[in-house]
Amino acid sequence: MAWRLHSSLRVVLSAAIFAALPLAVAAEELVAYKITNKTSIENSLTGKPGDPVNGRKVAINRKQGNCLACHALPVPEQPFHGEVGPDLSAAGSTLSEGAIRLRIVNPKAVNPDTFMPAFYRNDGFTRVAKKFQGKTILSAEQVEDVVAYLMTLKGN
Amino acid sequence: MRRGILAAALGLGLSAVLAGPAMTEQSQWGPYQVGDVRSGYTYAAGETRDMQDDDFVNPAMLWVDSGAELWETVDGAAGKSCASCHGDAAESMAEAGTKFPVYFEPSGKMMNLEQRINFCRTENMKADAFKWEGQELLRLTTFVRNQSRGKPMNVKIDGPAAPFYAKGKEFYETRRGQLDMACSSCHVDNAGNMLRANLLSQGMSNGFPTYRLKWQGVGSLHRRFRGCNKQVRAQPYDYGSEEYVNLELYLADRARSLPVEAPAVRN
Ligand code: HEC
Ligand code: HEC
Repeated sequence: MAWRLHSSLRVVLSAAIFAALPLAVAAEELVAYKITNKTSIENSLTGKPGDPVNGRKVAINRKQGNCLACHALPVPEQPFHGEVGPDLSAAGSTLSEGAIRLRIVNPKAVNPDTFMPAFYRNDGFTRVAKKFQGKTILSAEQVEDVVAYLMTLKGN
Repeated sequence: MRRGILAAALGLGLSAVLAGPAMTEQSQWGPYQVGDVRSGYTYAAGETRDMQDDDFVNPAMLWVDSGAELWETVDGAAGKSCASCHGDAAESMAEAGTKFPVYFEPSGKMMNLEQRINFCRTENMKADAFKWEGQELLRLTTFVRNQSRGKPMNVKIDGPAAPFYAKGKEFYETRRGQLDMACSSCHVDNAGNMLRANLLSQGMSNGFPTYRLKWQGVGSLHRRFRGCNKQVRAQPYDYGSEEYVNLELYLADRARSLPVEAPAVRN
């Protein structure tokens, strides 16, 4: 009985290890996109408009956008807003949708020295922790949701 | 030490009144600021600084006291304690906390204080090395470093140390991890800025080993390095790795002239 339990556990374990391997090693396929004038990505990465309500959640979540680490946003229920990047409360009226998209996908395409991470890039980094190798910080859907959320911010 | 700071603060207060608004912010921090170089102390919350200032309140003094016991404890096949060779630590270790890492001829590499302690244990005491980040090594390192409290950081970076210093500097300036940030991104380019709930300091090493409220205990500088690597989603290096010891050398130079604060208290 004990032996049987043990061996079935082993099967589960080794299956889990093999299933995990390709994920950890191979980079995820990214959606192809085109940068216009070095400033903008015109088309939605998903071919659809994003969901601004979910975008707000992604922007706040520390394990996802964590935009509040560096930017102020009109999110009064969250106590600490970073001051490293510009205030984004009026991003939707000062920037085009395409400019916002590129800023989030790969801000280094706009300013190679920027402190801001690229949220939709999965290579060209140094010594990424195993858990995050070959992965992007946000999925294409999440990027579009944040873009849609920022487009609703018109200042006051 | 505490009296000295208090007196300095009072004296400064008085001259601030006399000098009026022309008084620069610079001198507000007394020994904790040298030119533009500021200890993490100057970025810490007021209550945290108060904890550090009072030896009866500073929780890390427990590590100093138990380290003092270890200093006297005989261990290993040679039947010796640290004190058998070094006597009174207040005298023999008065400079040790200011000058590590040092170039170590036999290995041809840099050696930090933890490694020196373990070298003495294995070679001179014929005892086992203490485990990295284990309580014994933390206690003894904190005790030894505390003997230099108040003395300026004074590491050697020329001669044989020069190439290791260059490696440490390169490490410091290399972007890493999925967040693609270097040490300098946070502690040079953004020191003084809020990163969500964290006020970024210049990332100085003069207070280590440090009691962190978040850790609820004392931790080494290499533990801090691992934490800073992990928060940018980079693979950390091992405790005591060459990469971290070289980085430690570079940081010790960045903190040059700041007083050794060990054991500091930080958020
Ligand atoms: C670690 C810091 C950091 C994080 C996290 C961060 N940003 Fe930024 N961001 C910056 C900085 C700094 C700039 C200033 C421009 C530059 O550096 O090129 C910036 C600029 C921007 C701009 C352009 C603003 C303008 O007025 O030109 C947008 C839009 C933006 N960020 C959106 C975001 C969003 C959305 C997130 C989260 C998904 C985010 N940022 C996360 C640091 C950050
Ligand atoms: C994403 C930002 C970030 C990066 C990158 C970063 N750190 Fe930090 N570091 C912090 C924060 C936040 C703290 C805690 C507040 C403070 O002291 O700045 C800290 C604290 C420290 C401290 C403690 C300072 C003290 O007074 O106790 C040291 C030393 C340090 N960092 C060194 C480094 C080194 C070396 C690297 C690169 C391997 C690095 N940091 C990378 C954010 C960062």
